[in-house]
Amino acid sequence: MVLQSLKNRLWLSCILRTPKACFWSTASGGLIIQSVSNDVYQNLAVEDWIHDHMDLEKQQVLFLWRNSPAVVIGRHQNPWQECNLRLLRQKNIKLARRRSGGGTVYHDLGNINLTFFTTRKKYERMENLKLVVKALKALRPQLDVHVTDRYDILLDGQYKISGTAAKLGRTSAYHHCTLLCNADKFVLSSVLKSPYKGLKSNATPSVPASVKNLFEEDPSLTSEMLLDAIAKEYATQHQIDHHITVINPADETLLPGISNKTKELQTWEWVYGKTPKFSISTCLNMAYKGSVLDVKVNLNVKHGRIEVCNIDLPEQWLPPGMYSELVKSLTGSKFCPNETTTLVTTLLRVCPQDNELHSRWSLLCENMIMLM
Amino acid sequence: VCIHRVRSCSSVRFIKSKYVCVFDKSALKFSHQQRLFRTSAVSCGQIVQFKLSDIGEGITEVTVKEWYIKEGDSVSQFDSICEVQSDKASVTITSRYDGVIRKLHYSIDDIAFVGKPLVDIEIDASKGVAPEEDVVETPPMSHEEHTHQEIKGHKTLATPAVRRLAMENNIKLSEVVGTGKDNRILKEDILNYLAKQTGAILPPSPKAEIVPPPRKTETVPAAPKDKARKIPLPVSRPIAFSGKDKTEPVTGFQKAMVKTMSAALKIPHFGYCDEIDLSQLVQLREELKPLAELRGVKLSFMPFFIKAASLGLLQYPILNASLDENCQNVTYKASHNIGVAMDTEQGLIVPNVKNVQVCSVFDIAVELNRLQSLGSAGQLGTSDLTGGTFTLSNIGTIGGTYAKPVILPPEVAIGALGKIQVLPRFNGKGEVFKAQIMNVSWSADHRIIDGATMARFSNLWKSYLENPASMLLDLK
Repeated sequence: MVLQSLKNRLWLSCILRTPKACFWSTASGGLIIQSVSNDVYQNLAVEDWIHDHMDLEKQQVLFLWRNSPAVVIGRHQNPWQECNLRLLRQKNIKLARRRSGGGTVYHDLGNINLTFFTTRKKYERMENLKLVVKALKALRPQLDVHVTDRYDILLDGQYKISGTAAKLGRTSAYHHCTLLCNADKFVLSSVLKSPYKGLKSNATPSVPASVKNLFEEDPSLTSEMLLDAIAKEYATQHQIDHHITVINPADETLLPGISNKTKELQTWEWVYGKTPKFSISTCLNMAYKGSVLDVKVNLNVKHGRIEVCNIDLPEQWLPPGMYSELVKSLTGSKFCPNETTTLVTTLLRVCPQDNELHSRWSLLCENMIMLM
Repeated sequence: VCIHRVRSCSSVRFIKSKYVCVFDKSALKFSHQQRLFRTSAVSCGQIVQFKLSDIGEGITEVTVKEWYIKEGDSVSQFDSICEVQSDKASVTITSRYDGVIRKLHYSIDDIAFVGKPLVDIEIDASKGVAPEEDVVETPPMSHEEHTHQEIKGHKTLATPAVRRLAMENNIKLSEVVGTGKDNRILKEDILNYLAKQTGAILPPSPKAEIVPPPRKTETVPAAPKDKARKIPLPVSRPIAFSGKDKTEPVTGFQKAMVKTMSAALKIPHFGYCDEIDLSQLVQLREELKPLAELRGVKLSFMPFFIKAASLGLLQYPILNASLDENCQNVTYKASHNIGVAMDTEQGLIVPNVKNVQVCSVFDIAVELNRLQSLGSAGQLGTSDLTGGTFTLSNIGTIGGTYAKPVILPPEVAIGALGKIQVLPRFNGKGEVFKAQIMNVSWSADHRIIDGATMARFSNLWKSYLENPASMLLDLK
């Protein structure tokens, strides 16, 4: 961690707000900043902040960041479709939704993220990716890396080491990409596999690809070396000092309004509620007293909440009053195991205290919760 | 071509009409319902087709992913209209004009084409510039004022953004003094008007111990810590306010509480309170805490309270019972599944420790740790949350002394534990000593529990805790 002197912070504060009116403004053209935080929400909030508040006309920005284990889905994606939410919860891996488009990625400290901020007019993804490839080749000339027309970077012609996404606003734009240095491939493949069946949705689907770490190709490479090489190349191309300024995403004085942005990215309404509407049409196979019941379930989920709920139970399996109570409770509530568990266990308190009934209820509800 | 029109609708009148009016039946119907919509402009401006502009990189088509506005909404220049996506890029399209959205050309998931119309916007004034004169104000939405509002041909100059602000706060623009050019009403004028109305905005009092750093930005200074304040001062913020009530549907955790508590209402509650001297228990816990930590477990007071309750329930099993719906039968539950009320981010949940009657204090501590970490992560399962027979609520960790807890059906009793306070008490010799006092408040179902039973149970529970060694005698 780098301790910033007061002068340094004031300088940075000036650059971030009014680059034109500042005494200490060094040669304009570019700024390279790196986050001290590994929190995915804080880092995404920095991207939002720069996109909303910085004037990128005179000066473009390169933002370098890394996150502790997290799955990041694209703006218009469906987390149920993209990843194994149960596994994420078990392993305490965070789920974030970014504001740019594109597909789902897994981040951990072995993956580096690069964000290129420019004005809307200067938005040019291919240039940025070529810069990255140039930096990699300067570091290790023998690396076989190239950019595809899908804006991926491939290693040895077949393994994806980088994916891209972008966000365009009225006057500014950013293009960010990942770069696999030494990520945990095992966790990556297990969390990015969705176990949820019967999902129908128009959300942007991810395109799965075989991945490889640069570390596997050359064990002498580290994330720090890669970050440095890319910063160096950026500095050269923008004719600025090869100097990386460290930034703390929790600093409200430097980035006023950042904590609100961070909080917003963590809300359920953003992460799950922004899922385009989808439906689930599946069959629960419930093993009960020696036999197996096939129960068809149809759910429509909008804004992350259950809009319509149909469970095709055998007649009288549950007292009709209880079935309608269940449907009534579920309708309008979040498509979320925690909330559903609370609701269904509460309903058990206010129904006849019959062991048989309770075990049927628990069986049905646990199966329903597995869908979430 | 100039078209003069005089409308029959009383809420609207023209001053000057230099523009071609798009006038059809739906617009007339529209103007009658003027007061019910958020539109502030009179529906006679120019309809402009806002085309999807170039995205860059030679992209010609995009998919519409989300609309931020709907037909009939007012927009200001630079407001976000929609989100479109093309090849991994998400683009926010903002409005070029001030006006009212009249038509959306695409639905969600449709393909939109660059250069083709995206929305139709009705502009208030010509050439899409922020409207100046000639926009007649429609009355604010307050219904009482409905009958008194007559536009007296009064010209009020204000941009749609300012009008929207006025409307949201139920302000009549005619009552606001404009300080802009030509007496135009500016945003500051609305804010000043409101400040005078509410009289609530005060500069920070010099007595405040924590002064927020002076900043030119719009953000609200961080709230000073509660400890530093003696008198609640009005929160000083740059005049930010929202005069509207917010109505939301009751869902999720709240819905669960509504159901539970409505059912609890049917139970005739009676209360019984007492104070417990925990001095000896506090000492015992201090000794045992490091032992538990060695085993990787956090030991609080709750495992002791829970175990003592279970020992008490062995003597008074009716407190661990359940009354059926028709009050015909009482079921004495064999297991002591003692619920522990937990406060999480989302709300109140009550997981229970199963079969306390066969658990040691350490077992209970382990189980509590497990339930607490699952609870705060929002990952409790149905089995953890069902089957409870008796509940304890340690509200004292937050604060409070006596409480009036509500019984959770189908149980018949509940106890609320207040905070532990150090208080002076007299001992057997008449000397004053320092005692660790905690208050307990029991509630029980008076249909099957009587006061004497509750009192005796409480006394037994109290005796176990005041003299922890006595628990050893009765442990199974």
